[in-house]
This record gives sequence, structure tokens and C-alpha cells, in this order.
Amino acid sequence: MRRPSERDGATWPVIVVILALIGVWYVGAILLNGPQVREQAAEDASFRDFVVQTWSMERPVLPAPHQIAAELAQSLFTHSVTSPRNLLYHAWVTVSAALAGLGIALALGLLLAVGIVHIRVLDRSLMPWVIASQTVPVLAIAPMVVVVLGNLGITGLLPKAAISGYLAFFPITVGMVKGLRAPDPLQIDLLRTYDARPWQILSLLRFPASLGFLFPSLRVAMTLALVGAIVAELPTGAQAGLGARLLAGSYYGQTIQIWAALFMAAVTSMLGLAAVSLTEALVAQRRGGRL
Amino acid sequence: MTDAALLSLEANKAAGPAPAVVAARGVSLVFEGGGHRVTALAGVDLTIAAGDFVSLIGPSGCGKTTLLRAIADLERPSSGELLVNGMTPSEARKRRSYGYVFQAPALYPWRSVVRNVMLPLEIMGVPRAERLARARHYLDLVGLREFTHKFPWQLSGGMQQRVSIARALAFEPKLLLMDEPFGALDEITRDRLNLHLHELWRRTATTVVFVTHSISEAVFLSTRIVVMSARPGRIVEIIDNDLPVSRDLGLRETPAFLAVARRVREALRAGHSYD
Repeated sequence: MRRPSERDGATWPVIVVILALIGVWYVGAILLNGPQVREQAAEDASFRDFVVQTWSMERPVLPAPHQIAAELAQSLFTHSVTSPRNLLYHAWVTVSAALAGLGIALALGLLLAVGIVHIRVLDRSLMPWVIASQTVPVLAIAPMVVVVLGNLGITGLLPKAAISGYLAFFPITVGMVKGLRAPDPLQIDLLRTYDARPWQILSLLRFPASLGFLFPSLRVAMTLALVGAIVAELPTGAQAGLGARLLAGSYYGQTIQIWAALFMAAVTSMLGLAAVSLTEALVAQRRGGRL
Repeated sequence: MTDAALLSLEANKAAGPAPAVVAARGVSLVFEGGGHRVTALAGVDLTIAAGDFVSLIGPSGCGKTTLLRAIADLERPSSGELLVNGMTPSEARKRRSYGYVFQAPALYPWRSVVRNVMLPLEIMGVPRAERLARARHYLDLVGLREFTHKFPWQLSGGMQQRVSIARALAFEPKLLLMDEPFGALDEITRDRLNLHLHELWRRTATTVVFVTHSISEAVFLSTRIVVMSARPGRIVEIIDNDLPVSRDLGLRETPAFLAVARRVREALRAGHSYD
């Protein structure tokens, strides 16, 4: 027997909302692009022509959805995947930095959380710094990291991964500290009666108990890692990556290119979230359907 | 006393002075913190011999759980001498001399029933095949064979507590410490589990220290009943229960049973007389 899921009956509302958004977007394109069109258009142009023109400018203030779709299709399907003209190539450059950053964030977050949970001094001394680290805007940190690492001869993926990891380690640390402390005293006493070693308490109790907290953190971290990688591409003068495409687009007023890159970034982060959800579901399945 | 009991008593004497399983002399335990001083135990003297089934009974706050936790080295006495198998509680714990059953099942929800029972064996480094065999054996013993691969949340409260008893038995400790294991269960389940436990105790010859609120449970299960009183937690009276070793639920209607229960009730009342 199949239990009714939350998604049942949600398809139509979602479609209606998307259609409404697209409608609003087209109207917005008319309003925002209108002034420019009116400057160039003939006095007696019909309203119909006016509207069509606002939706087909080369450098519109707000490109119409079909223009972005055409740009995406042209980029994805007419160039090889290894060509810098293909957005997939740029997406991969950014994603690889974000994944490396997420790896750094996971390692650092786990290490910090284990330290904070086990060593009282670290709880007092480290946590404020962890929180303070996130009050510094990443836009201020990013160029410094790039310059410093560049001076050390480290360029390419690593500086971007570092910035990405800097953003993403925070939710993981906070989530894991909470998760590692989730077991109730009885469950810990139980292991004491078996004279379990500290690492056994960590691996048999604290870590398994924390997984329910890890995955929500991982969702936040995943999106932050991607944002971090994109932001890291802005001051590095990177030639490749979604951030580089955004920057190049804004230099040359290529609004359609910017929106296509934005759209690509959104799709990428959705795929990332889907990957986290899939992993979560697989882990939950091994535990009898609950995390 | 029956002949068999007499014989076993003789055998014990012949074996020489084996150390008592639990020997407490003048054990006191004071909780301090937040400006409060709570005397949980005051001058407790208690000796528990091998094969005994000893119930600790008394009102809430009389320190019965604290005493059990002190025996298990989960609390440290402030003064007095406490020995488990002739060792300090800490040494006894490190030798894994006892199995502990908590008030709540304390199962790990991410582990299936059988893997919960295997947990202590895993920690103690028992080989994989033997782990599984022993876990299966003790799940059989508590009547949960069909639930081997279920998860804790798929079981009723009584079944969960039976899993936790199987888990405590799995590494075959000579001493079983049970802290109100059936406190949260309904009367019918409780009766059944009492019978289970009684038979288990008779078959495995373990020593059991059993904390309870229930007079009838204490009388039904125990060879000796330790009556405690609160503030400060101390022992009022130790009652030897000379009901026959083999018991069934019908025993609870007999005059002999009711007589012991009355003695326990009177001792409890005496412990309360000052307030």
C-alpha cells in the first residue's frame, strides 16, 4: 500500500505558479525595456510592434524568458562541452571548486565539532571565532585570500575552494556540534557500562546520532559552497566559471548572458540539493526508513 | 527451607569465602551543585551474595537508583566502602562484570533490534559470527525472534524493554542491575515480563539487583527485599523472602505472599513515620 505523500496534488499548483511568474516576467520586460525602445522607435509604431521589440532587444534591461532560453540552448547545444562558449564548461569549473570547498568544509566542520564537543576549553574559546568568521562579508575576504594564496604560488582551484569552504564550514560545524550532543545521557551511560573507549562512543553513538542534523546542514552548506565559488571567481579575474561569465556579461552589458549564467547557477544548486537529498534517502533506507 | 536450598547453601560454604557480589559499608553519596547539597545516600550497609535476587524498594528520592548507579560506577560514593566482586566499582565496570537495564530501553534507533543486542558484543570485540548467534539466542529467550530485523520504533514499549534486557544478557554478565525496567509498562505486560525475568533468573543463576516501586513485583521476584526511605536515602529494613524458589503468578494470591507484602508495606510506612 502506498502512503499519500506530501507531493500528491502539488503538480498543478506548481505549474500555475510558474506560468504566473513567467507572465509577470514578460510584463516586467515590457515596462523595463519600454523607455529604451520608445527612444528609438518611430512615432507611429503600433503597440504590437512595441511589445515585440521590448521582448527581442539585443541588450535589454530585463531579457524575456524566451531570449534566455534561446541563449542557453545555443550555448549548451551548439558548442562542445569543452568549449569556453558552452555554459556547461563554466558550470563544471565552478562546481569543481564548490565540491572541493564542500570537502574542505566537511573535514573542517567535523574536526571543529568533535573538538568542541569533547574539549570544554575549545567550546568556550573556539565557538565565538566560528561565529565571528561569518560576520565578515565574503566579498571582503575573497580578494585577500586570492592575493595571499597567489603570493604563495597557489592559484587555480584551491583559492576558490578555500573561499567556498570558508562559507560552507559554518553550518556544518554548528549542525554537527548540535548533532554530536544529541544522544541522551542514558545512551551515553549505557556505553560507559560497557567500558567503551571514547572513539567507540564517537563512532557508535555520537556520529550516528548526528546524521539527522548533518543533512539539513549539508543542504545549507551546499548552496553556500556554490555561492562561495561564484563569488571567488569575481576578484580573481577568472577566465572560466559561472562567476567569470557573470562578470564578463556585466562588463559588456550582455544582460542575456548574465541571466543565462544565473539560470545555470540556479539549476546547478538545485542539482546539488537533489544529490544531498538522494544521499539522505539512501542513508535513511539503511536505517529502516528513518534518520 | 527446602532441601535443595540447604544443599546449595552447604556447597557455598564448602567453596570457601567467595567475595560477596556487592558489599557496601557505610556508603554515603552527596550531590553538590548550584549551591544545593542533596544527601542521596546515608550510611548504606548491604551485602549481596551470588545468586541473590535483591529488590530495592522505596519512595521516589530514596536513593535506590543512586545506589544502583553507584554499584555500576555511574556515580561515585562520597564516603564509605563499596566493593563489587571484591573490586572497586570502577575496576568491576572495566571488567564488564555487570549488565545494566535502564528505566527507559535506551535503544539506538538507527540500529535494528538484533544490532542493538549485538552492540555490547561489538564493543567487547566478540567475533562477528558469535555476535549474531548470541544476539539471536537472547532474542529468542525474551520471545522476540520474529522481530530480529525490525527497528526499535516499530516495537511496543514492552518489546523495546525486552530488547534492552536481551542486550544486557547478551554478554552473559554474572550480575544484572535493573533500574525500574518495567516501570513504564502496563500491568498485564508487567506481569508477563516479571514471569519471564523470574524464569530467566532461575535458569541462568545470575545475581540480580532490581529497583522497583511496586511491592508485589518486589515480593514476587526477590529472595531479599531492601526497603529504603527518603531524605536522606537510607536502608530501613532488609526482609528475607522465604517464598518457594519456583514461583508463578498465582502465588500472589496466597497468604504467604500477602504476609511478606504486608511486612514490606509496614517497613515502608515505618520509613515514612517521621514526616
